[in-house]
Amino acid sequence: MTIFKLSWRNIVVSPLNTILSLLLMSLGVGIISLLILLNNEMKQQVKNNLKEIDMVVGAKGSPLQLILSSVYHIDNPTGNIPLSSIDKLKKNRLVDLVIPLSYGDSYEGFRIVGSTHDYIDLYNAEIKEGRSWEGGFEVVIGSEIARIHNLQIGDNFYGSHGFKKGGHVHNNYAYTVVGILNFSGSVIDNLILTDYQSVWNVHNKDAHSEMEITAALFKFKNPSALIKLPRQVNETTNLQAAVPVFEMNRLIKLLGKNIINPIQFIAVVIMIVSGLSIFISLYNSLKRRRYELALMRVHGASRWQLVMLIQFETLFLSVLGAFFGLLLSRLSIYIYSLGSDNHIINNFPLTFVAEEFWLFPSALLIGVFAAIIPTLQAYRTNIPKLLTDA
Amino acid sequence: MLKTTPISFSYDNINSFIFPEISLSDAEDLLILGKSGVGKTTFIQILAGLLKPDKGSISLNGVKYADLSMKKMDEFRGKNISLVFQKPYFINSINLIENLLTTLKLSGNEVDNKKCGYLLEQIGLSDKSYSKTYELSEGEKQRASIAMAVCKNPDLILADEPTASLDDENCDIIINLLKEQAKNSNSKLIIITHDQRLKSQFKNTINL
Repeated sequence: MTIFKLSWRNIVVSPLNTILSLLLMSLGVGIISLLILLNNEMKQQVKNNLKEIDMVVGAKGSPLQLILSSVYHIDNPTGNIPLSSIDKLKKNRLVDLVIPLSYGDSYEGFRIVGSTHDYIDLYNAEIKEGRSWEGGFEVVIGSEIARIHNLQIGDNFYGSHGFKKGGHVHNNYAYTVVGILNFSGSVIDNLILTDYQSVWNVHNKDAHSEMEITAALFKFKNPSALIKLPRQVNETTNLQAAVPVFEMNRLIKLLGKNIINPIQFIAVVIMIVSGLSIFISLYNSLKRRRYELALMRVHGASRWQLVMLIQFETLFLSVLGAFFGLLLSRLSIYIYSLGSDNHIINNFPLTFVAEEFWLFPSALLIGVFAAIIPTLQAYRTNIPKLLTDA
Repeated sequence: MLKTTPISFSYDNINSFIFPEISLSDAEDLLILGKSGVGKTTFIQILAGLLKPDKGSISLNGVKYADLSMKKMDEFRGKNISLVFQKPYFINSINLIENLLTTLKLSGNEVDNKKCGYLLEQIGLSDKSYSKTYELSEGEKQRASIAMAVCKNPDLILADEPTASLDDENCDIIINLLKEQAKNSNSKLIIITHDQRLKSQFKNTINL
């Protein structure tokens, strides 16, 4: 029986203490790991959907709302703008590409976005089945909608006003599915795409009014335009220009400060409490095992072997705790994904993330720290005194 | 050969002990009798090298304790000396035979499963090999602690009041077992006790 094995047996022999220490450690590590995974995935999603969109122009309002609605399709539009106002900006020599967007309707909770074929190219999306739209009211649908609603080429449906199920149905205009996109891992998987003229036609009651769109995505020829153009738009026109990178960085910072940091703080506290739990269980078991340690010394164990005995015990607890924590965070995402139709959750990468590496040394450090006093006690085992006390 | 000169030891200036000289060859046994307070446990600890005497010297097989550093003494004791206590101690998290095997491992001996199994058979505990030590009865525990002491074939076995908490029947069993096992492993045996029952069973007796 080596010291290593003996440590393991000492842990197993008091399962309740061990489970408590492991539970606390894995809970602390698990929460932090979950935050890291979610944060990482959020940044990845933000990056994936940002593509090469340098600027978004829409109606005045909140710049974050404009970005969230036009790029990520998770917020309401800020309003409408005349198509002609975009045409003027298009002529600027710093502008490479302009993609108009018209949105505000949905089908079964999936958004209908009127745009141009450039939009599909922007996301490098490929048409898996059928073709792109040519005439009015032809739509190309994202892979998730096709999967969830089992829509086929040639199927018809009506759009309804707003983004929630149960809005007013525009039943005078039926859309026809002409194409289905491949899965791309971006927001386009959840969109119904058509030409912007069609979306305008659904809403336009007066044939003579000027054509409007909801927003326009801009790609620049030169990064220097990032500073110049948005300011120019905001100062000289009635439009609002927002830069997605700036807005998303602001959002991530805000989330970090108000949500992630407090949760992380709680997780660190839990990890420290787990260290306390390791300390208490080691301390108590050492009190019971004083004679055991003296016996080992009498039989020839060195002081350092006793130190190793205690250190291995705390090592087992902290490393196993950290390991279970990493497992816990992945398991919770997996269990959540079982009941979810969300493609982001369902395609969540459960691989090891580099930032998580630090959880092991942190757990180890807490374990070693928790064992300082018990280790010293073991080192100082006073054989003559213990044996006389008997 | 265990040889000591007269030894004196004091914890403080008030309580000081003087112990007689001892000379013991292999497979010999010695009973040291003494009332409480005469320093029986102190003497055992000095003979085990756990306490350093103020005066006098101890040597086992030519090795003088005084020449060894504390670490070397620990190693020396692990290899050559076994202790049997009034209250038997074990490592609680492992079973009986694993306790024996761990003793062998810690003392730097070859870890020999067969030998330990045979030893447990001899002391009538082979059916308890895989029991946890705290599940044994008091008599069984004391027998098991003798197995712990002799399994590493020590040169010297020191027993401190091994029979104090046993009834007459178990007392006989334990003493016979100790003598027998010490003979088998060619060990010198010193029993220190106040238990007058043992007097008749030993040729060599010293009164403290």
